[in-house]
Amino acid sequence: MANMNMIQALNSAMDIMLGKDPSVVLMGEDIGYFGGVFRTTEGLQRKYGEQRVLDTPIAEGGIVAAAIGMSINGLRPVAEIQFADYIYPGFDQIVSELARIRYRSAGEFFAPVTIRTPCGGGIRGGQTHSQSPEGIFTHVSGLKVVMPSNPYDAKGLLITSIEDDDPVVFFEPKRLYNGPFDGDPNKPAVPWSAHPKGQVPEGHYSVPLGKAEIVRSGADVTVITYGTMVFVALAAAAALGLDAEIIDLRSLVPLDVDTMCTSVRKTGRCVVAHEATRFSGFGAEILSVVQEECFWDLEAPIQRVAGWDTPYPHAFEWEYFPGQARVATALKAVTEAP
Amino acid sequence: MKNRSRLHVPKAPARPGEAPDFSYVHLSPAGAISRPDINARARDIAFLSTELVRVLDDAGTAVGPWHPHLDPSDLQIGLRHMLLTRIFDDRMQRTQRAGKISFYIRSLGEEAVSVAQCMALRPGDMLFPSYRNQGLQIARGIPLVDLMNQTLSNTRDMCKGRQLPVMYHSKAGNIFSISGNLATQFPQAVGWAMAAAIKGEDHLAASWIGEGSSAEADFHHALLFASVYQAPAILNVVNNQWAISTFQGYAGGEQRSFAARGPGYGIAGIRVDGNDFLAVYAVTQWAAERARTGAGPTLIELVTYRAAAHSTSDDPARYRAKDDQEHWPLGDPIQRLKQHLIALGEWSEERHQALTAELDALVGASWKEAVTYGTMSEGPKLNADLMFEDVFKDMPQSLERQRALMRAERG
Repeated sequence: MANMNMIQALNSAMDIMLGKDPSVVLMGEDIGYFGGVFRTTEGLQRKYGEQRVLDTPIAEGGIVAAAIGMSINGLRPVAEIQFADYIYPGFDQIVSELARIRYRSAGEFFAPVTIRTPCGGGIRGGQTHSQSPEGIFTHVSGLKVVMPSNPYDAKGLLITSIEDDDPVVFFEPKRLYNGPFDGDPNKPAVPWSAHPKGQVPEGHYSVPLGKAEIVRSGADVTVITYGTMVFVALAAAAALGLDAEIIDLRSLVPLDVDTMCTSVRKTGRCVVAHEATRFSGFGAEILSVVQEECFWDLEAPIQRVAGWDTPYPHAFEWEYFPGQARVATALKAVTEAP
Repeated sequence: MKNRSRLHVPKAPARPGEAPDFSYVHLSPAGAISRPDINARARDIAFLSTELVRVLDDAGTAVGPWHPHLDPSDLQIGLRHMLLTRIFDDRMQRTQRAGKISFYIRSLGEEAVSVAQCMALRPGDMLFPSYRNQGLQIARGIPLVDLMNQTLSNTRDMCKGRQLPVMYHSKAGNIFSISGNLATQFPQAVGWAMAAAIKGEDHLAASWIGEGSSAEADFHHALLFASVYQAPAILNVVNNQWAISTFQGYAGGEQRSFAARGPGYGIAGIRVDGNDFLAVYAVTQWAAERARTGAGPTLIELVTYRAAAHSTSDDPARYRAKDDQEHWPLGDPIQRLKQHLIALGEWSEERHQALTAELDALVGASWKEAVTYGTMSEGPKLNADLMFEDVFKDMPQSLERQRALMRAERG
């Protein structure tokens, strides 16, 4: 075991996969010589060479397309899109191509590409460096969509994603890169070294896709969440003195319906929380599933917590961010209902 | 009058009711263009991107430095593949009109592009076709029955009923799955070529798009990545003058040739008579040798003419001069190769007729077999359960559940 923040854990996952499997290549803007703007690929080009850790032009459509072509030729590319906000020029190649190559060729061709991309706000990124577009990708048949909330899961999930024969879009909540974050920007930052999930095995291990984690078990209410909102939800429930069951989905596609619904059947109350905008967000899908599966066990209407339906504003970042107050309002609404 | 800015709206040279006009097509005389060394630097051979490489002259004689000196038996194979492509297309067009298949796209007049290029490549080279490259499938020896089964979406459809007709693929034949979205395959081919170079293999990737879809960002990504990494790729723009009703001026062809995009990106660009089997073969062979020897990628513009409608859903009489194709200055690829072989004493009208009859029979027999595996309206049917397979490698629970719901719906 070693102390790792999320950046080091992701780096370790890629290091291990580059060492273990000669077909793994990394590619992206600034990821090679420089090691990435968030330092996630630091040292890997020096270790594995510039042919396996490729700096690329600033052309996300080209990056995704080239990764697809490489995967058809037997490589297993891990492409970094520098910010999730920059992924849209590659959208057509992801949605119309990457996601459907196995389907349209009846399984003769497949594209084991992992797309890593930092997402979410809380770093003063304004409307072009803060988005959480996971819901746009969960809507696409043929893509797996992953978002870890801590170093241990980040490494295990990334290894699983790279080894997976299906394409994976892997979102990294960048506010969590250096430490767990409870939503209060005025508190001193807590490093991962002070958190059990910052203890990461140095070798190869996997965390399965489609398996949620119950981060805290409780009896009063179920909070279904992922990414940045996991620690916000924990803190908000603790502040209210609620015995909340907090579920970190970890992967959105495939979705662990059983863990979600078993919990809601037990607590009878449910809050769904994500940082992404609310309207047509992934939360709506979770809510639908819970309603369909657990309606007769529900004691109160399900509540949703999300970012406002505006672009992510630079100056009003903390008014936008779904912090503890917004989660608390939802928790109260769902637990105080008769 | 005072000079002022103006909006230039490209005008097609001839619309219905107007006389065909191809004076805009720059032609070089056959044999006139020099053949640079395969290691020449892109910047030193930019002239290739604005001239027109031609080998066959008007009399059907092969002339000049690009003459590939192919064995007559290879030329006969090329003629056979082209003729088979055309007869296959005609048959499929008729089956669409008879309501047996939903849609079809012919490659009439462009057969030399796919056939000559495929023959100039090696079996291990990976092809990333567009939807008008059926000649690649035929030259790679994909059985006609397999192609027909795909267009029928029948029980032997390679795509299991998931793709529009003509969106073939062949893993064994090294032909990538055709998307149906335009230009997406172009940068993918470059990625494939990059991987070949990373792995140290001497296979190359070749891809095709129309001049119309060269307007897509994917075209530019392909050229950029090919240039940056000097990928062993051959990128082909099939300039058949028309993108449905939009003539090539709307893709930027009025101001500069499509091949000239190559030198703009620092890669070799070469413009070739796309209806001249020998010239297409020679240029492709030259590009392939460059790719295999580390001299990098080549952009080839194949100047040809879409003699048929865009697809079975299209009627070109509504937007272009009726007898356009008869005035196309580069003629018909099959006629020209036939004329050349006859001039060589290696072919005759009689042999041509016999070959036509043989291929007609082959296509007819293939169709007869294909329909026994089902058509859209009769015979055996694909199981609709197949819809849920291959979305992922392993079927997730959510799709298993939906499959059960669909079965229940069907009773």
